[in-house]
Amino acid sequence: MSEAVKIAIVGAGPAGVRAAQTLAREGLKPVLLDEAMKSGGQIYRQPPDGAERPGAEIYGLEAKKAAAIHAIVPALAADIDYRPRTLTWNIVAADGRFKLDLMRDDAVSTMTADRVILATGAVDRALPFPGWTLPGVFTLGAAQIALKSQGVAIGRRVALIGAGPLLPLIVTQYMAAGVDPVVALDVTPFAAKIAAWRGLINQPATAAKGALYLLKGRFGGVKTQSGVRAIRALGDSRVAGLAYTTADGCEHTIECDGIGASFGLRSESQLADLAGGRFEFDQVSGQWQPVRDISGRSSVSGLYLAGDGAAIGGADAAELAGERAALSLLADQGGTVHEMRIRKLDRALARQARFRRALEAAYPFPSHMLDDLADDTIVCRCEGVTAGTIRKTIAERGPTEVNRLKAFTRSGMGRCQGRMCAHVGAELLARANGGDLVAAGRQRAQAPVKPLPLPAALNVEDPT
Amino acid sequence: MTPDKTTGLLHRVKPRPGVIIRFTIDGRAAEARAGDTLLTAILTRGARLRKFEFGDGDRAGFCLMGACQDCWVRLAEGGKVRACSTLVADGMAIVTEGQRHV
Repeated sequence: MSEAVKIAIVGAGPAGVRAAQTLAREGLKPVLLDEAMKSGGQIYRQPPDGAERPGAEIYGLEAKKAAAIHAIVPALAADIDYRPRTLTWNIVAADGRFKLDLMRDDAVSTMTADRVILATGAVDRALPFPGWTLPGVFTLGAAQIALKSQGVAIGRRVALIGAGPLLPLIVTQYMAAGVDPVVALDVTPFAAKIAAWRGLINQPATAAKGALYLLKGRFGGVKTQSGVRAIRALGDSRVAGLAYTTADGCEHTIECDGIGASFGLRSESQLADLAGGRFEFDQVSGQWQPVRDISGRSSVSGLYLAGDGAAIGGADAAELAGERAALSLLADQGGTVHEMRIRKLDRALARQARFRRALEAAYPFPSHMLDDLADDTIVCRCEGVTAGTIRKTIAERGPTEVNRLKAFTRSGMGRCQGRMCAHVGAELLARANGGDLVAAGRQRAQAPVKPLPLPAALNVEDPT
Repeated sequence: MTPDKTTGLLHRVKPRPGVIIRFTIDGRAAEARAGDTLLTAILTRGARLRKFEFGDGDRAGFCLMGACQDCWVRLAEGGKVRACSTLVADGMAIVTEGQRHV
């Protein structure tokens, strides 16, 4: 037997929470499933009980927005069915409905829902470099979460490396916490940034915020460098330094005990895949995205996608998209059609999309760094598969797409299911096959989308 | 050693009050604060969560948001937990030494 509900929302970040609020206003009682202990997602991640700190200290300029999102779930206690610490590890579309597999507190259960909104968020888009598996190397998102959620820095001498607006933001957050990064490196080729800057200033508020972050970083005495071509983490058992090659070809080294490095964001779209959603390759971001229109409707009837899990758009766009998807759902099931509000949301979402396209163009994924990646560098962190093994396999066995490459090499077959490396395998394939990233494909999602402890798999909770 | 004087990978940007949680890392007594994740509790004191199963070196987490699965740690009782999304609790016994193939 399985629990049956009308509406399930997966993810309680800005998109999921706004979707829940919108449906609750109509008297519907959506189930809000979230893997985390508290609402807010990663961007507005809340410290666990016992580790609370003032919002201004945690979220800086975004403190008001964070507080607004955090207030929603408690205020709706009677109007939504909120389930934290609940992992949705599979979803299947069948007979016009959806069957979801859940795990909460080491017990699994199933739920069927008539309609589902996926607001599954994003993770850092990783790029391998020598030494990136050493203790002390984290993503930029991790560097930020350590600070927000736990009040810890990833080192005392921290080097931060990125390709996008997250870099100056995190530099500023570390400085505000009293940890001045020893260096901040942007790997974006300078030309790409200049070419796209015009698009960015169409969004005054966000551009101003970006500029503020940059200025603070620069004037705060943090050493910054743009157009960096290559990086290497140094150290035997943990990070002891960073070597980086500047645009002029010179290599520099700096002592550090923590490195934060990542290169944009990647949608967590596994559930959209398992639900049967169609995917398309987005040329601007160079990533496969689940298909959805501005209304949030996916290619599967009854399945809606919102926020960074559908396409990277940032927290403000996610709030809008969450509400918009909920209004679509409402209209589709014969409820009120809020025309005025929908028109307003669509205009705002279109504006956000234009800005995002400019941003993606300004900070392209620096896949050129893979050209010179040493053969002995690990690409698949879980299975320890190196760039050399992948290149050799491509040359000798001739796979043309990533799922075949995975079968041959085990790259992408480990516990993270390719979250950190599948896109890199595709890049290496494309390099060997005439540069066609579309032909290299995308790694198919597998259930469970995250590892389940064996006791959970055996411990079936029967709610009936 | 108090939880706030750290020699590990991570360090607290300022001391934090809170209930002391007592646990062990490889049999050695350790302390953390209520509200610390297991990852924070371990890496404010050391630089390893586990040995890499398929090669040299240690691992100590990467994404901190439950995606990369790099931070699984072993418990002495035999189970494994993801350190970035599990809170430290009194009496937990963590094993980071040795190697067990999975």
